[in-house]
Amino acid sequence: MSAALDAKLGQAWKKPAFIANPVMRWTLILGAVAYLIAAFAGIEVNLDRIVRGWARGWEFIVGFTEPDFTSRWKDISKGMFESVVMTVASTVVGIALSIPIALGAARNIAPLPVYLICRAIVAISRALNEIIVAIILVAILGFGPLAGFVTLSFATIGFLAKLLAEDIENMNKVQAEAIKATGARWSQWINFGVQPQVMPRLIGLSMYRVDINFRESAVLGLVGAGGIGGTLNTAFDRYEFDTVAAILLIIIVTVMMLEYLSGIIRGRIQ
Amino acid sequence: MLELQGLTKVYNTGDKALSDVTLSIPDGQVVALIGPSGAGKSTLIRCINRLVQPTSGTATIDGLNITALGSTGLRKARRKMGMIFQEYALVERLTVMENVLSGRLGYVGFWRSLFRKFPQSDVDEAYRLLDRVGLLEMADKRADALSGGQRQRVGICRALIQNPSLLLVDEPTASLDPKTSRQIMRLIVELCSERGLAAIINIHDVALAQMFVQRVIGLKLGVMVFDGGPDELTPDVLTDIYGEEDWEATIEKVEDEEDEDGQTVLEALIP
Repeated sequence: MSAALDAKLGQAWKKPAFIANPVMRWTLILGAVAYLIAAFAGIEVNLDRIVRGWARGWEFIVGFTEPDFTSRWKDISKGMFESVVMTVASTVVGIALSIPIALGAARNIAPLPVYLICRAIVAISRALNEIIVAIILVAILGFGPLAGFVTLSFATIGFLAKLLAEDIENMNKVQAEAIKATGARWSQWINFGVQPQVMPRLIGLSMYRVDINFRESAVLGLVGAGGIGGTLNTAFDRYEFDTVAAILLIIIVTVMMLEYLSGIIRGRIQ
Repeated sequence: MLELQGLTKVYNTGDKALSDVTLSIPDGQVVALIGPSGAGKSTLIRCINRLVQPTSGTATIDGLNITALGSTGLRKARRKMGMIFQEYALVERLTVMENVLSGRLGYVGFWRSLFRKFPQSDVDEAYRLLDRVGLLEMADKRADALSGGQRQRVGICRALIQNPSLLLVDEPTASLDPKTSRQIMRLIVELCSERGLAAIINIHDVALAQMFVQRVIGLKLGVMVFDGGPDELTPDVLTDIYGEEDWEATIEKVEDEEDEDGQTVLEALIP
């Protein structure tokens, strides 16, 4: 028996700490606790205001028990139609633009300059929130669904190109290498060696993006970029909570249906 | 005729994977490349079709200097070099037929390949090859539905449909059971002699190599340390390549099994 083993025998074993330095460890723990206490202390609770707000909130909730689909049905159906058109068009255009950018943003495929440019496009698209882009585009393009469509297409690039590029970077290198070794062109290499590997992810992400774009289209109306959100905003402004409830129920049901549909589609693709 | 002249590869990390390898392989010769892990076997065959860019030296096939080619020239040259991979490297989500036909990509245009409209002669040849390896009924199955041995046979078809003059074979049997390994090795060697193909086969299993090839090359830390017939692989030579071990068992075992097993393997291969 070796001396090193002798020293270990009979000793209890403990998992090594995540942060090895004890001073550092306790500083971080105490700092986090102190921050939390300070943060909670910093929340201002205005009890008086909450009591008064209850009444308005209750009115809103009561509206849900009797949603009014009929009296504003023309506005609702027009808004829904705009939203659906916006969702479909922006998703299709967004995906079409995302694919080449995703190829460029995958380090294992693209040369460094292309990679940097494509990553920059992705970063800009992700940095700017949809609402901000929509406000700018409404100023440029005027009120209406066109601004919403452009906004959502732009936002789709940041989402899809980034996640697809990551999937391309994680692909099985040897499968692609084997296609390259046959003397395939670059385009054939992408089509045979890369595309089959990332297709399930692309379809799954696209379905998810349809879902997101629909939900976003409901918000974009609030800043005048068309869609069901515009109708919702008008209903809020008129204090027509029964119509608001109807619109929200339609949005919820649509999102649930999309969720169900994308579940089926993703299940089919293996 | 493949000629390597002073082929050297130094990776970015500074590791010297190959140093000054010079050898020539005449048409129709099947060569086994043996050596311990990390000896540079994979690097050597990847330097020939330039999946790995050699640092210096030249590789010449039938008088054409591969190392000096531009991208279009390289693409054309790769068509003449079929490659068979360790983990089969089939595109798993494509059908068997698409995997085989992908060997023709160097010969068909992008649009034809995008819509899978390969020339009838290519399709016929793909069927012929699949039939030859006993997988004709599997043509429309997806590659990931196949067993390891079946996948490797598809990989062989993909390499052969290129109509190559040289086969580069990287550890064809590393993930296969012993019986399938022999079938695959036998198939490769038979196909090479049918078509007069030269082949370089990276292989870990020394006994298996001795059974099937005409010539063995030993690599150790990127340097060629042995070049000779399979019967010249004495325990001393193996110690030189791999380090100290008891080699008698390895070598004896081969001779025993060759007599009794050779015939059954051949029968098992016929579908």
